[in-house]
Amino acid sequence: MSQEDLSRQAYWRAHLRLLAICLAIWFFVSFGLGILLAAPLNAFSIGGYPLGFWFAQQGAIYTFIVLIFVYAWRMNVLDRKFNVHEE
Amino acid sequence: MDQQTLSLLVVGATFALYIGIAIWARAGSTSEFYVAGRGVNPIANGMATAADWMSAASFISMAGLIAFLGFTGGAYLMGWTGGYVLMALLLAPYLRKFGKFTVPEFIGDRFYSKVARVVAVISLLAMSITYVIGQMRGVGIAFSNILEVPLAIGLLSGMAVVFIYAVLGGMKGITYTQIAQYVIMIFAYTVPAVFISLTLTGQVFPQIGLGSTLQGQDTYLLDALDQTMVDLGFTMYTATEGGMSMLNMFLLTLALMIGTAGLPHVIIRFFTVPRVRDARKSAGWALVFIGILYTTAPAVGAMAIWNLVNTVHPGEIGTEEGHLAYEDKPAWMERWEQTGLLAFEDKNEDGRIQYYNEDNEEFAAMAEEEYGWEGSEIVTLDRDIMVLANPEIAGLPGWVIALVAAGGIAAALSTAAGLLLAISSAISHDLLKGVFMPRISEQGELLAGRIAMACAILFAGYLGLNPPGFAAEVVALAFGLAAASLFPTLMMGIFMKKMNKEGAIAGMLVGLVTTLLYIFTYKGWFFFSGTAMLPDTEEYWLFGVNPTGFGAIGAVFNFVAAYIVMKLTKEPPQHIQELVENVRVPRTDNPS
Repeated sequence: MSQEDLSRQAYWRAHLRLLAICLAIWFFVSFGLGILLAAPLNAFSIGGYPLGFWFAQQGAIYTFIVLIFVYAWRMNVLDRKFNVHEE
Repeated sequence: MDQQTLSLLVVGATFALYIGIAIWARAGSTSEFYVAGRGVNPIANGMATAADWMSAASFISMAGLIAFLGFTGGAYLMGWTGGYVLMALLLAPYLRKFGKFTVPEFIGDRFYSKVARVVAVISLLAMSITYVIGQMRGVGIAFSNILEVPLAIGLLSGMAVVFIYAVLGGMKGITYTQIAQYVIMIFAYTVPAVFISLTLTGQVFPQIGLGSTLQGQDTYLLDALDQTMVDLGFTMYTATEGGMSMLNMFLLTLALMIGTAGLPHVIIRFFTVPRVRDARKSAGWALVFIGILYTTAPAVGAMAIWNLVNTVHPGEIGTEEGHLAYEDKPAWMERWEQTGLLAFEDKNEDGRIQYYNEDNEEFAAMAEEEYGWEGSEIVTLDRDIMVLANPEIAGLPGWVIALVAAGGIAAALSTAAGLLLAISSAISHDLLKGVFMPRISEQGELLAGRIAMACAILFAGYLGLNPPGFAAEVVALAFGLAAASLFPTLMMGIFMKKMNKEGAIAGMLVGLVTTLLYIFTYKGWFFFSGTAMLPDTEEYWLFGVNPTGFGAIGAVFNFVAAYIVMKLTKEPPQHIQELVENVRVPRTDNPS
């Protein structure tokens, strides 16, 4: 297996690790905090929002936006590290 | 100037703008026609994606759905935004790297099979046509509001405008028009929301207003709303019970998320940016622009139901002056009665209107005994009118009402144009050019696309007149189909190097067929009313699964069927495996 193939494999593994972390956060915030845990979370509140309700109708969306930009930034770093970035 | 003239002027001005842009940015080549020449700035593409994807359902129906669902309405909010995370992480960059014109083209090349490409086209058509129905209904409602004509005439005028519009612009024209439509749409959505939030809570941002106290009181808006709903026999607005079951909320959210990520007309938007890294970033920008509307919508929904209930019940419930007298009802109610989307019936003949949850037997019995109520007297209340009537309910000036109508039409038109482009490119580029008539001329390809577009508009228009449900729910079905057929196949095409054509075709067919069967069983064959096999209610659903959320299960069937068939058949040829290696990295020095 050539040097380039090995580097490609390492790049793909690092990429999959990043994906796993991002998707875990994606799942936890929406399905976890916004749906499955919403009933107990509603006992707490931020301002006039019950917390579970806030995650389902506001918080999850803010998290998604931040998540995509963080992913794009980490991927650019990864692309450069493995020298597969575009000009 | 009366309201109707003002509304017509505002809408007419926006139409002139769209057509002007479409003429100015006409496509000169097939690359410009299908992917805008791949020269679109990622932020501009994000804005166009937001307009392309935020439909009449998002603009007109969603806040109304949330208003009546309360907490569980979050399924629509999270489902339609969370899909962008999947799109940015799992699809868009790799498909941009692949660098072709359409989604079925990727599937056909990746799975080295014309059959796979045709199956992908069928899935694309099934979902895009379903999705267009929702737009048609949205256009019809917006028009019937402005012109104060019956729904059918509104719908026909909408169809005419969509037709002119879709034929004028290729992807290049559509992209720049969508940017203008986004600006109009977001302005039209947020201005009334800000006004209403200021009136009710004194907060400029509706996102903050919804979590604030009522103007001049110590009570939080949501607490007061919870109390009012309970007083009328409904469940608490913010409580997790009521609305849909937790299982269905989970499945619907998941189906909408993976469906969003698998929508071909949105995916092709990421073919228009110059580089792979732009595709990742552009998805983020798209979600920022979408998020502005989606974080406002819950406030719009909650405040709309609050205003409605307080208009009908201005005082203490059960007392005489606690209920609006029919002859005192505001002008907006009268206008909406004429469209047939709102109707009253004075059941207990007291000359006043009572609105409550008559399905809550305990409460209804108590109300009859104590208050002399004989049924809820708002007998028709189409949820789709909540956003359009909102500025009138809140007593906002005429230009705001005109703006909201223009925004609703912009939302429906921008999405319809994107969908019609996806439909016509699937027929002209994938079916005719790719499979049946490889030697067709460029002009022949375009003509075929336009004829396909016209047929799709007529078919969707008919179903828009006889809709199977509210606009947002019809669209939710399209998402189910996208989730069950295209998304799993695209994802396996990128992440499973050994996935072969047999597996992909089997997976797509199983996902598509199971989802369609399940939906048609409850909604009628091809959505024609009266042909449903079982009533569309919870007790008849298989394991209590709502048809609108079945796409998530269809997607699992797709994955499982593809995996089993792949294990039983031979692995894909070497050059395909190299192709997969290639789409996984942004830059390859030795392209194969």
